[in-house]
Amino acid sequence: MYPVNPKLTRRRFIKGVIASGAAATSTSIWYAANGAERPPGSVERLIRINVNGQVRTVDVAPQETLASTLRYKLGLTGTKLGCNRGECGACTVLVDDIPSYACSILTHSVKAMRIETVEGLESANGDLHPVQQAFVEELSPQCGYCTPGQVMAAVGLLRANPNPTREEARQGMAGNICRCGSYDSYLNGVMRAAEIG
Amino acid sequence: MAYMHIGKDFVPPDVPGKVTGRIKYAEDYTREGMVYARLLTSPVPHGRIVNIDATAALAMDGVVGILTADDVYPDGEPQSTGLKILTNEPTLVGEPILAIAAVDEKTAESAMALISLTIERLPFVLDPLDSLREGGPDAYTGGNTFVFRQGFAQEKWTSDQVTSFQNGREPSAEPQQSWEYGDLEAGFASSDFIYETAFSTAGYPHMSMEPRSAMAYWENGKCYLHGTSQSLTALAEPMANIIGVPLEDFVFINEATGGGFGQRSRAGSIPSMAIPARFSQKINRPVMMRVTREEEFTIGGARQGLQGWIKIGFRSDGSMAAMDMYCVSDSGGKGGGGDANSAAAGVSALYQVEAMRFRNTSIGTNTGHRGAQRGPGENQIMAIVAPIMDKAAEALGLDRLAIRKLNAAQNGDVSGSRSTPFTSAYMPECLEQAAEQFDWDGRKSRARQTNGSKVTGLGIGQGYHNAGRSGMDGIVRMLPNGRLQMHTGVGNLGTYSYASTSRAAAEVLKMPWEDCDIVTGRTDRHLAISSPQDGSNSIFTNTRTAYGAAQDMLAKMKEIVAMDLGGAAADYDIDGSRVYQITDNTVGMTYAAVAQRALELGGKFTGEADVPEDLNSLTALSVSRLAGSALMGIYHDPRHAGNPPGFAVAMIEIELDTETGKFDIIELVNIAECGTVVHPQGLKNQLVGGAVWGIGLSALERHLYDPQNGIPASTGFWQSKIPTYLDTPANIGTGWVDLPDPENPVGARGIGEPSMGSVSAALNSAISDALDGHLFNAAPVTTDMIINHVAGISEDAIPLAQNNFRG
Repeated sequence: MYPVNPKLTRRRFIKGVIASGAAATSTSIWYAANGAERPPGSVERLIRINVNGQVRTVDVAPQETLASTLRYKLGLTGTKLGCNRGECGACTVLVDDIPSYACSILTHSVKAMRIETVEGLESANGDLHPVQQAFVEELSPQCGYCTPGQVMAAVGLLRANPNPTREEARQGMAGNICRCGSYDSYLNGVMRAAEIG
Repeated sequence: MAYMHIGKDFVPPDVPGKVTGRIKYAEDYTREGMVYARLLTSPVPHGRIVNIDATAALAMDGVVGILTADDVYPDGEPQSTGLKILTNEPTLVGEPILAIAAVDEKTAESAMALISLTIERLPFVLDPLDSLREGGPDAYTGGNTFVFRQGFAQEKWTSDQVTSFQNGREPSAEPQQSWEYGDLEAGFASSDFIYETAFSTAGYPHMSMEPRSAMAYWENGKCYLHGTSQSLTALAEPMANIIGVPLEDFVFINEATGGGFGQRSRAGSIPSMAIPARFSQKINRPVMMRVTREEEFTIGGARQGLQGWIKIGFRSDGSMAAMDMYCVSDSGGKGGGGDANSAAAGVSALYQVEAMRFRNTSIGTNTGHRGAQRGPGENQIMAIVAPIMDKAAEALGLDRLAIRKLNAAQNGDVSGSRSTPFTSAYMPECLEQAAEQFDWDGRKSRARQTNGSKVTGLGIGQGYHNAGRSGMDGIVRMLPNGRLQMHTGVGNLGTYSYASTSRAAAEVLKMPWEDCDIVTGRTDRHLAISSPQDGSNSIFTNTRTAYGAAQDMLAKMKEIVAMDLGGAAADYDIDGSRVYQITDNTVGMTYAAVAQRALELGGKFTGEADVPEDLNSLTALSVSRLAGSALMGIYHDPRHAGNPPGFAVAMIEIELDTETGKFDIIELVNIAECGTVVHPQGLKNQLVGGAVWGIGLSALERHLYDPQNGIPASTGFWQSKIPTYLDTPANIGTGWVDLPDPENPVGARGIGEPSMGSVSAALNSAISDALDGHLFNAAPVTTDMIINHVAGISEDAIPLAQNNFRG
C-alpha cells in the first residue's frame, strides 16, 4: 500500500555490512556502526549527504549506519535508537520521502538521496510541522522516546496519502512501536494533521 | 467544584521537545573526553566467576580501563537477592560481569573479545515447580528462595505434591507467606456455586523503548549522572548510596525517561546506572554506557509469573462468599516481586470477598529479574478471575454485569486482611458508565453469535490498584518578578503527572499557568522529594504536596501584606496576581511586591527559619540551598487515612476466528474511577495505554527460554510480542466517573495500573465467551492455545509451565 525503497531493504543492509567486514548480528552491527577503523581496501570515507536540505560533509566508516551518522556525527539526536535492529521504528527518518529505519541503512548507500529527520520539519520561523502541531494538540506522545519516529512515519504517510482513513493510518503507522501504548492518541494526531494539512 | 486548572487540558512543557526531538534522554548527552563502556555479560544462566584475565584487552590501543565486581564490592558482594551493579555470581544469562571502557565502542567491544573468562557452571532452573520438586536444581547458590532477614533458603515439595498441584489440586505444602480473614469454611459452606482450578500467568519483560543507557562524570568532587528513572528525587538518594557518594555531592540529571512501568522507579531496580558513575570515578573520564536492546531485556526487569490454585464460592444471589488462593511465584534470577500478595489483596478490594485466605511461596529461576511491573499481581489475577465471574453468573442464572455490580466496592467498604477502608469508592457508578458507553444491553445479545468461522465474544473486566500515598514534601517559590516556581521531583516518564500535579499549586494561588514554571529535570535545581512514581500513586500523593506548599506560601503572603498594610491575614484574599483586602480591594500588594518584601524580611518567609522539621532529607537539602532566594512555600505532607483506590472498568467485543485462533477487537471502552480528573488528556492516555498493555498481558506477552541452555529467546520487541498498532483497535473509547475523593485536596486518585487490569480481565472474559465459556485459566491466552482448544487438543502440555511455551 505504501512505497518501499527497493534500494534500502534489510537484505541489502545486511549484505552491505557483511561486505564491509562486520558480522551480521544486531549487536555487532551496533558497534561496527560506530567504528573508527578503516578496513583494508575501504571506500572513500569523507562523503557528502543531504540532510534536512543541507549538504553535510561527514567522515563515515564503510559499515556505519545512518542512525549512527545522524546521532553521533551530526548531533541530530532526535533520531532515537530503541532496538538498533529494525524492530521498533524509533529511528525512522525519510529517505526520498519514504519512512525508513535509519538503524538499518548504511550511510554510504544514501549518498545520493534526500534524508529528512525530525529536526528538519519545523519551518524557518519556528512553526511546527502540521504533524508535530497535531501531536501536541492531541497529546499523542507519552514517554516520547518513540515520538520522533512516529512523527516521521506520519509525515511520510501523509505525503503518500494526504487524506487517509483511520484504518489506512493504522496500517501506515504499523512499523512503529510505542510501549506506552499511545497508538490511539497517535492516530488521533495523524487524522488531525491530515485536517490541518 | 469549579477549578481554574484542575480538570482542564494544557500543554505540558516537555511536549514540544518530544515532537521536535529536542528533549534529551540520557544517551543524547555527550561530554568532552567521554569514553565508552561496554558490558561483558554472563553467557550461562548460573555460574561462578573463577578467573578474569584481561591482560590482552587492557593492552589494546584505545582501551582505558576495566571495572569488575571486585572494584564495586571490595568487601564482597551483598549476599542477598536483587540486581548487583556487577557480579561474580551470575544467576541469569546476560547479567553484567564487568565493563571495559575505551575511546570508542568498537574498541571496547574488540577488547571484550580478548578477555579470558573462566566460569564454573552451576545447575540452573527455568520453572519454579522444577526447583520446588525434591531433588530439583536451585537458582541461587544458597538455595531457591530468599527469606527476609534470614537469607537464602531451600524450599522443596515432594514430587507427588508438585504433580498434584500441576493436576489442579490444592497444594498441601506449608506456604512461606499467608494471611486470611473471615470464616472461610462457613463461606464455602454457604456457597451455591464453587469453582476451583489451577491457573498460570506468564512473566514477561518491561521493554521500555529507551534502553537504560547512562552517562556519568565527576567534577570538583561531585558525581553527575545522566540516567533514566520514573522518580527523579525518590531515586536520587538511594542511587547516591549505591554509587557511594554523599547525597550533597550527587547530581542526578533526568529530563525525560523513555518509558517506565515499574522497573525504573527505585534505585535498586536500576543499579546498572552506577557502572558509568563508578567507572568514571576510577578512570577520571566521563563514561557513556549505551545499553542494547538485548541488555535491556536482561537487566530491565520482568513481571512475575504465577502458578496458582484458586477456589471461589458464590451464593445464589451472586455474592462472592469465599475465596482461597495459593500461589507459587516466580522470583526470577535475582529474587524480587510481591505479585501474589497484591493479587489476593486486589481480589479482596475489587470483589469484596467476605472470607478469604491467601498463601504463597516464592521460588527463584535463572530468568530475568522480577519486580514491579504495571499492576503487579492485580492485573494478572483479574484476567483469571473475570472469566470465573462469568462462569458463576451463567451457573446461577445471573446477568454478567449484575453479578459484578453486586460485588462492587463502594463508599464505606473495606478490603484486605486488615479491613482497610477505602477513602472513597464508586465502582457501581463506573460499571454503569461503562455499560452505557459500551451499550452493554444492546450488544449482549450478540454474544456467541457466529459468522462462518468467526464468533463474537463479549467481556467485562475490572481493574484495581491502591492508588495514593503520603508523607512527601512540597516546595514552591515566588520570585520578585511574580513568577511561581514549582520544584517537583516527580519523574517525567510520559504520564505528565510531574506537570499536572504541580497545577494544584497554581490552583491554590489562582495563578495563570503562563506565570508558572515547573522546576525539574536535575536534582541540582533543588527539588522536593516525591514518592517513587509507581503504584499509580503520583496524582494523589503529589497533588497533596503541591497543594500544601502553595497553602504555606499563601499564608505567608497574607501575613506579609497584613504586616505592611494592617489588619489580620484573614482580612485578605488573592486574585492570582494580587493579595488584596477583602473589604477594600484597592488595598493590596502584587505577588511580585510580596515576594520582594519577603526577601527583605527573610527568616521563615524565605526558608531561612522555621522550616518544617519533618522534611525528608533530600527536601531539607534543597530547602537549605534555596534559602534566601525567594518567598518560599514549604510543606511536609502528613500521613493520610484509608486506602485510596484506583478503579477501572472495561468492556470488549471481539470477533474470534476459530480457524486461526486470532481475534479482532470490534469495540473497547475503558472507564476510570479515580476521583476528580486532574488532566483529561493525560488520563485518556493512561486509559488507552493501559488498554494496550492489557491486550499484551492477556493475549501476547510471555518469557521464552531455551530449556537446554537457559538462553532467553524473547529479547527483542517482536519476540516478546509487545502489542503493535495492528494488535490493538483503531479506536479505544474512554471515559471517567469524576467524583472527588475526600483524602485529596483536589479530590484526585491514581489510575495507571487499574486501566490495564480492566482490559486484561475484559479480554480474557471475551475470549472465554467466544469459546462457549471455556476457561483457559491462564494469561496470556495465545492463538495456539485457542486453536488447540478448538481442535480438542489439550492446550496444557506442560501444566502451569513458566518461561516456556505453555502447550
